[in-house]
Amino acid sequence: MTDAQFAGKVALVTGASGGIGRAAALRFARGGATIVCADVDEDGGHETVSLVAAGGGTASLVLADVSSESDVESLVDITMHEYGRLDIAFNNAGIGLFGKPLVEITEDEYDRVMGVNSTGVFLCLKYEIPAMLQSGGGCIVNTASKAGLVGDAGLSVYSASKHAVVGMTKTAALEYARKGIRVNCVAPGVIDTDINTPFWQANPGAYEEFSKKPPMGRMGTAEEVAEAVAWLCTDDAAFVHGHAMSVDAGLLAE
Amino acid sequence: MGILDGKVAVVTGGTYGIGRAVSVRAAAEGAKVVIGARGQQAGIDTVKEIEAAGGEATFIATDVAKADEVEALIGGAVATYGRLDLACNNAGIGGERKLIHEVSEEDFESIMALNLRGCFVCVKLELQQMLKVGGGSIVNMASANGLIGTALFTAYTASKHGMVGLTKAAALEYATQGIRVNAVCPGGVETPLFTETYPVGSESRKTAEDFHPIGRIGTSEEIAAAVIFLWSDKASYITGTCLTLDGGLTAT
Amino acid sequence: MSDFDHKIALVTGAGSGIGRATALVFAREGAAVACSDIDTESGEATVRMIEDLGGTASFVRADVSVGSDVEAMVQTVVERYGRLDVAHNNAGIGGLGKPIDGHSLSEFERTMAINTKGVFHGMKYQIPQMLKQGGGAIVNTSSMMGLVGLAGISAYSASKHAVVGLTRSAALEYGSKGVRINCVCPGIIRTPINQKYWDEFPEAEKEWLSIEPIGRYGEPEEVAEVVAWMASDEASFMHGHALSVDGGATAQ
Repeated sequence: MTDAQFAGKVALVTGASGGIGRAAALRFARGGATIVCADVDEDGGHETVSLVAAGGGTASLVLADVSSESDVESLVDITMHEYGRLDIAFNNAGIGLFGKPLVEITEDEYDRVMGVNSTGVFLCLKYEIPAMLQSGGGCIVNTASKAGLVGDAGLSVYSASKHAVVGMTKTAALEYARKGIRVNCVAPGVIDTDINTPFWQANPGAYEEFSKKPPMGRMGTAEEVAEAVAWLCTDDAAFVHGHAMSVDAGLLAE
Repeated sequence: MGILDGKVAVVTGGTYGIGRAVSVRAAAEGAKVVIGARGQQAGIDTVKEIEAAGGEATFIATDVAKADEVEALIGGAVATYGRLDLACNNAGIGGERKLIHEVSEEDFESIMALNLRGCFVCVKLELQQMLKVGGGSIVNMASANGLIGTALFTAYTASKHGMVGLTKAAALEYATQGIRVNAVCPGGVETPLFTETYPVGSESRKTAEDFHPIGRIGTSEEIAAAVIFLWSDKASYITGTCLTLDGGLTAT
Repeated sequence: MSDFDHKIALVTGAGSGIGRATALVFAREGAAVACSDIDTESGEATVRMIEDLGGTASFVRADVSVGSDVEAMVQTVVERYGRLDVAHNNAGIGGLGKPIDGHSLSEFERTMAINTKGVFHGMKYQIPQMLKQGGGAIVNTSSMMGLVGLAGISAYSASKHAVVGLTRSAALEYGSKGVRINCVCPGIIRTPINQKYWDEFPEAEKEWLSIEPIGRYGEPEEVAEVVAWMASDEASFMHGHALSVDGGATAQ
């Protein structure tokens, strides 16, 4: 992979204020893309933009809640208005709900998790696809999860939301395969980012336990997931379509 | 009246563990069972058990790694009962626990020859007979290791993954000809094979049991129940699938 | 004696298609069946069909997308029958035949609310009752489209994938406590939902046949038999499994 593989491209990253989203924004920027960062966290978003600039790249921040249709519509409109094109979209914004048994999950919690993780991805696909068609094609990567391929105790609604992302990824891929838009998702395993912080805090000792679980004996880093996302958007991955790419240190192999 | 009345079934490895449970249950459901396995005495004992319960069975000594013996098994079933409707390709071995770089080519070959190539030869000959009667149902005994891997069981895992692939391809080929082909993928099951690898009371046994989300391994009877179901007309729209019975092992 | 004698079964979406077929099978096997649907007329028709065949059934109206409806539904079943042993969370709506960017937000949300949240609601209220009794069995209706994608039905596919996720996780949470949870993944079945789609898109009825290696669509009864087996003690080691009943569609 060369440093300029994304030169001239415009990449939209949701959930760019931290974690995997930030790592992906930085990775795409290193490859020469202009980045539109989207998030609800303004401070984190500005920091990502600064980090991109410090690395010599170009980025802007649009505050957007992906569970809001008007926010997502504006986000894509602003991107097209500012930059005239959309080549890459990393639909990564997501929230967790870990460690609660199904029968204890409230309607509000259900709605919130599904709203951001599933409806959010739907809305992003809905508005990004026409923009990409206008731009002559593009590449979309959605953040699913290992929990989008299998279940786990304490993850019922999160897993449901991420399975839905896998379903939408496959379907969108089939719909746009011949129209120049490649759609895939990444399925990270246990990655050391802030989405897990409430769970570690509520479960002392869990951080160490989960660190040892993957066959590799450690958690993944946001950068490792970002590398996979970036690769999926290069021409090297031109035949990868409708795929759920596991980045999980072998968790799903066992 | 049993749900397999009038049917003729072949069960390989049908003299102990899961295979024996399948043979016994099939006979109880009215099938005439032809058991193919290596152990003569175990074969005789299984037939006696079935007959004592009022069922009908025959034993034909078979090593499924030897194609001519599989031919004799299938030929023998048809010669004895006139037809073949159902088959459970269950004969298989686990192999020793070894890291892949410690597995010799001979080890690998012998497991593949029995578990996978043996299954292939059986399926080939069974299909030919089933086409003659316009239909049938084959169940291949794969494993959770046909879907996921387990360290130290490379050859076994490869052979079971192969069995899954073979199952799906065969299902697609014969789907419009009345023959259904499916696999059952058990997790840990209380059988002599399992106990050989995970001795009762051992640390590894406890680990294996705990690995199953529901906290226990399965029984041969539970696995046999799934084979009977897939054989029956109740599963008329099920083909090319891996029916997983593993206490949640592969759900996570 | 059948597996379902003296058992109480609840089926949502029992007014037609797979739900009606399952209600009839449970009744045939001896269960008293609480038939639930959002449509009173068709739900009560299912009850009458069961009673005409000598079975026991009653109707309880519910919109599964509304949590309080589902809570009341389960309460009503327990008040009427004293227990709940088996639940088939089956109520659902179909695909829309549009690309993802052609779906409106309200269409997407409606599909998710009925197909996914409906299952969530079902389990949320059924599980505590079953835990009180020491156990039970739940089968959720997902779909072949819960495992793969198909152009034109993104909301449907998303919702059915999500059912698989809910099922697997819930199975892992409650399996060791006696509540066995699995889902069924039907292929293309001759149901009113599909007939409605084919009425609107007649080319689809012919086109979709190529998806089915078996060369025909499935009947609701074929899915119902499988659901009943999955809910029975015969399937006691099956936890968190997504069982395909799809004529080989997902084998390819």
